Amino acid sequence: MSEHLNLKPNIANADDFYADLLAAHKGLSKDESDAYNARLLLILANHIGDRKVLREALEAAKSKT
Amino acid sequence: MTKIFETPLYPYTRHADQAAKTPVRRKVVVIGAGPIGLAAAIDLAQQGIEAIIVDENDKVSFGSRAICFAKRPLEILDRLGCGDPMVDKGVVWNLGKVFFDERKVYEFNLLPEGGHKRPAFINLQQYYFEQYLVNRARELEREGAPIEIRGGNKVIELKDQGDHVDLTIDTPEGAYQLEADWVIACDGAASPTRQMMGLDFVGRVFEDNFLIADVIMDAPFPTERWFWFDPPFNKGQSALLHKQPDGVWRIDLQLGWDIDKEEEKKPEKVIPRLKAMLGEDVQFELEWVSIYTFQCRRMEKFRHGRVLFAGDSAHQVSPFGARGANSGLQDTDNLCWKLKLVMDGKAPESLLDSYDDERIYGADENILNSSRSTDFITPKSDMSHLLRDAVLDLSEHYEFARPLVNSGRLSVPCTYDQSPLNSLDKLDGPARTRPGSPCPDAPLGDGYLLDQLGDQFTLLIINADAPEELEVDGIKIKRLALSSADDSTNAIKERYLGKATQAVYLIRPDQHVAARHKTFDQDYFTTALRRAIGKSA
Ligand SMILES: Cc1cc2nc3c(=O)[nH]c(=O)nc-3n(C[C@H](O)[C@H](O)[C@H](O)COP(=O)(O)OP(=O)(O)OC[C@H]3O[C@@H](n4cnc5c(N)ncnc54)[C@H](O)[C@@H]3O)c2cc1C
Repeated sequence: MSEHLNLKPNIANADDFYADLLAAHKGLSKDESDAYNARLLLILANHIGDRKVLREALEAAKSKT
Repeated sequence: MTKIFETPLYPYTRHADQAAKTPVRRKVVVIGAGPIGLAAAIDLAQQGIEAIIVDENDKVSFGSRAICFAKRPLEILDRLGCGDPMVDKGVVWNLGKVFFDERKVYEFNLLPEGGHKRPAFINLQQYYFEQYLVNRARELEREGAPIEIRGGNKVIELKDQGDHVDLTIDTPEGAYQLEADWVIACDGAASPTRQMMGLDFVGRVFEDNFLIADVIMDAPFPTERWFWFDPPFNKGQSALLHKQPDGVWRIDLQLGWDIDKEEEKKPEKVIPRLKAMLGEDVQFELEWVSIYTFQCRRMEKFRHGRVLFAGDSAHQVSPFGARGANSGLQDTDNLCWKLKLVMDGKAPESLLDSYDDERIYGADENILNSSRSTDFITPKSDMSHLLRDAVLDLSEHYEFARPLVNSGRLSVPCTYDQSPLNSLDKLDGPARTRPGSPCPDAPLGDGYLLDQLGDQFTLLIINADAPEELEVDGIKIKRLALSSADDSTNAIKERYLGKATQAVYLIRPDQHVAARHKTFDQDYFTTALRRAIGKSA
């Protein structure tokens, strides 16, 4: 188990995953897509579970500009 | 039939103190005969300390107020001699259902742990609770305990003189002066005492209104807590239905911020709303209808010299989680033994500062929990709304999301982990009974452990040797020696020993653990007791 948030490439076939992500939103209205994203976020967060990793992710997602 | 809340329980009568040439000095004056003031006075009077309660009113609480009482306050009320009537009359409940939109998304069972005398929760109207406390105060009075309730006595001036407090009290026959060694201000969220002393009460107001109704109905709803998010009968808002004794039901309907309160309270507005919720055919009668705005705030300090604040005067929370009266009882439970030791000259006055340390910690925990519940129930930004709805949607299908649903985190007592009164933990025992913890109950013989603890310091000895008598600095310590043979259910082993084979606990008069050790170590326990009464060891 990694103790830190992994910010190195970790998804095999990144283009396929990205296409899946777009496909999941296909045909959804803006509101439906927003709700979908929120559900997806919660499902992934639960899978990670580790509060420290989650905190690092919350930090990493902040805009760096 | 006149209802209990219409009956003057402590009508004004003239007291000899009113005619005194020089103001009479009393030991403790408690301002406010709400639940917290009554509990404080009972606790003190039971221990022989004079407690005079003054209240501007003469009846129990008016309107829809507390209904949910948690196990810890019931245990405290046992110590005060009022636990039985509460539990006999109250409705015990364990089940809850959560609805979102038109669907039930899940149900829960509080699954209370076995081996406790008191249930996890009961529902009971606050006016009954106050009535039982008044009955208990009267009973003590008849037995000769130094307790008095003076109705129609309104405190209008108060000044801490350093060695006592001067009070001016208004009555239907005019004002009189009284002096008190100590004052406990339990005069509610709007606390005139706080205002007279110019003290702050800061926090957060939640910009929302709730219609709170108590309705009398003969309806087949089960004894469960039902909570709706965004239901069809109250679109975009929340609702709660919960049973009380006598066929009375508590209903909360969130109304939003921009509303006309007077308009919303009118029966012609309320009744259609309730019919939409309960069903057209259900017959009901309104007992109370009020509109509340909720807030979470507290005083910066609860002790100000000889004036001690407890209950809603010191801290206020939104009611999701039933933490108001429940935490107020934990205040007086914490305060009264300390005040007694200080008044008896057995502990330094600085012991009272630990009331601040411990109960501010408790209040902050309650405020944090209530604020989080309120934020979930009434999301204020688009994104918090979106996330909230996502949690609810997921909770219908996936177990993982259910702990995120927050329709109120129900009151549990806090562990005073950082308290200066705690000693170093010297037992490799269960975390739940570490120093600072409230003692968990357990079956003991024909009864329960907690009935044997409290009111004084107790040495709880399990499978260990300890002297027959123990006295430290003039404080006699009660001895309760148990062996595994007394523990037929293994609950004491599980809750107090864990992996250890024996243990000695020093338990405070409020049933919190002060110290624990594997064996009776005289130095350790002598130092622990001194520390627990505020003496630097
Ligand atoms: C809708 C609602 C639901 C709630 N639900 C729950 C729940 O389920 N569980 C829970 O634990 N809590 C709940 N609460 C909170 C609970 O009602 C309060 O925490 C509790 O009443 C506080 O008690 P108190 O004695 O501190 O103050 P109060 O009950 O407000 O009593 C204060 C007393 O002081 C007296 N007084 C005021 N000024 C003076 C003066 N100048 N001189 C003399 N006397 C004075 C008043 O007459 C009054 O009797 C709820 C509250 C509301 C509004």
